[in-house]
Amino acid sequence: MARKLLLTHIDIPGINTFEVYRQKGGYRAVEKALKTLTPDDVLEEVKKSGLRGRGGAGFPTGMKWSFLAKPEGIPRYLVCNGDESEPGTFKDRYLMTHIPHALIEGMIVSSYALGANTSYIYVRGEMMPQIRILEKAIAEAKHAGFLGKNILGSGFDLELFVQPGGGAYICGEETALLESLEGKRGNPRIKPPFPAVSGLYNCPTVVNNVESIAAVVPIINDGGEEYAKIGVERSTGTKLISAGGNVKNPGVYEIELGLSVEEFLYSDEYCGGIANGKRLKAVVAGGSSVPILPANLILKTLKGESRLMTYESLADGGFQSGTMLGSGGFIAFDEDQCIVRNTWNFTRFYHHESCGQCSPCREGTGWMEKVLHKIEHGHGSFSDIDLLVNVAKNIEGNTICPLGDAAAWPVASAIRHFRDEFEWHVTNGAEARQRNYGLANYADPLEPVV
Amino acid sequence: MLSVKHNESVTFTEDMLGKFAEIVRRYPEGRQKSALLPLLHEVQAEFGWLSVSAMDKVAEYLHLDPIEVYEVATFYTMFFLQPKGRFNLEVCRTGPCCLVGAERIMTHLEEKLGVKEGEVTADGLFSWRGVECLAACGYGPVLQIGPEYTFYENLTAEGVDELINELRKKAEGAKLDADS
Repeated sequence: MARKLLLTHIDIPGINTFEVYRQKGGYRAVEKALKTLTPDDVLEEVKKSGLRGRGGAGFPTGMKWSFLAKPEGIPRYLVCNGDESEPGTFKDRYLMTHIPHALIEGMIVSSYALGANTSYIYVRGEMMPQIRILEKAIAEAKHAGFLGKNILGSGFDLELFVQPGGGAYICGEETALLESLEGKRGNPRIKPPFPAVSGLYNCPTVVNNVESIAAVVPIINDGGEEYAKIGVERSTGTKLISAGGNVKNPGVYEIELGLSVEEFLYSDEYCGGIANGKRLKAVVAGGSSVPILPANLILKTLKGESRLMTYESLADGGFQSGTMLGSGGFIAFDEDQCIVRNTWNFTRFYHHESCGQCSPCREGTGWMEKVLHKIEHGHGSFSDIDLLVNVAKNIEGNTICPLGDAAAWPVASAIRHFRDEFEWHVTNGAEARQRNYGLANYADPLEPVV
Repeated sequence: MLSVKHNESVTFTEDMLGKFAEIVRRYPEGRQKSALLPLLHEVQAEFGWLSVSAMDKVAEYLHLDPIEVYEVATFYTMFFLQPKGRFNLEVCRTGPCCLVGAERIMTHLEEKLGVKEGEVTADGLFSWRGVECLAACGYGPVLQIGPEYTFYENLTAEGVDELINELRKKAEGAKLDADS
């Protein structure tokens, strides 16, 4: 049985309340940090843990914290990014719903390390029930003396607030999130300056994902070195993976990084294989933005090595034959799914969610959506496929924020790996409106051909 | 598009004003603009949508120019600039939900309610629309209903029929209460 650090007590009734969470050892990390560690000690533990940002970018959390500017007399802020909206990802919703105090506890310890006396948890507005859950948890923690003035007699003050978003994927980008928190449209800022120097209200700010903040709790309880013992190479600790699409057992799983993709996908402890006895066609391993891979390449690298659930192994082969761990939004496609239709759907998403600041993204996502719609509906031409590649290339790297890249990669990778399916839509337009292309030669190498 | 058709006068109740004041206190002095999104959510929960009069009133309360409110209300998809049905059903239409049948659910809703996406039924009770990923991909297809954003998971056509019947009954019950 794999070790769990975040979801250890998830099945215990009432773990969403302060009382039960505390009985199960909750808020020990706050006691340990505030009574026995300096803020810099906490930072050191997080650095030693090797924790990497769980929102998608995978940037080392300790390093991000160490960049925070600390000028005298200017407040510093910690903002938690709970804007979870990357298609395929629903782990933060799960964590906030079932074990909200893990996030509150992580916020207290992290705010202490960073010297923040006011911190915000920005949650997407559609998660109104989760916002209510967090507000209740904050009230309970405050009542118990873990928030407010002079927490546990340490002299450390912290006020914690939940901020609702308004329904915009772009606000998951940290500078757009800060704009939104300031009451503006979610337009990403030009960097530099980075939030660590000039973030919320032009003050030094750290923005961390929900899961990253919650992971600080076991890191402080057990020590950074213990945390780093789990995992492989630079992928340390555990990770929440959201499994969706056509798997038998969709849901949120806490895995030890280093688990093989094959085990995650097929063992009954996790996804349990593909639903309805179908065969696997493709996987998007880390949320809609990362390159899609056909079944053979997600299970094994091009070199024939078993693919692991780590930042490094999923990226093996670069974008030619690899992908990314991203946010851990694992979407499986069975043999009946149409890659062209899904690519069109994802591109419609990015077009809808583009903030409109940068022309390549604003216009490019719109053109890609139109061209993909045309191909999917059987009216495309071969030159349209090349046009898509061209537009994607011209968006990538040419925008203020990574939404442009995130829109370009799914299109580029779908054509890279499934070009014959796009071409089939062009040459067999009428048929493409009636039926799907099927598996072609991407068959899951682990399942016998029926 | 902003709606100026229904420009009636808008009053914020004492309860709402109390809530507004509590929200504004969350931010440093002079940063009350941060309260804009939470306040718009409160106002929409009360009136069902955001009329220009309501937004002007929010601007006045937060000492902002009206345009600062309009530009925010028009950016975020959760804010309604036109009246919706009393129950606005929002179905996730993004990739993972479509892999498990979201498109069929939307077609079914359209047939069942007899209105197209974005339109309101004649009795004013229902409207529906497709929305982008709701971060519930493991429980798809899903739909949500504001202002509390109650969530319905693993939808089937039969489940949707039951839900609509329940909501109808709820509305009728409320009407009877009001009449008696």
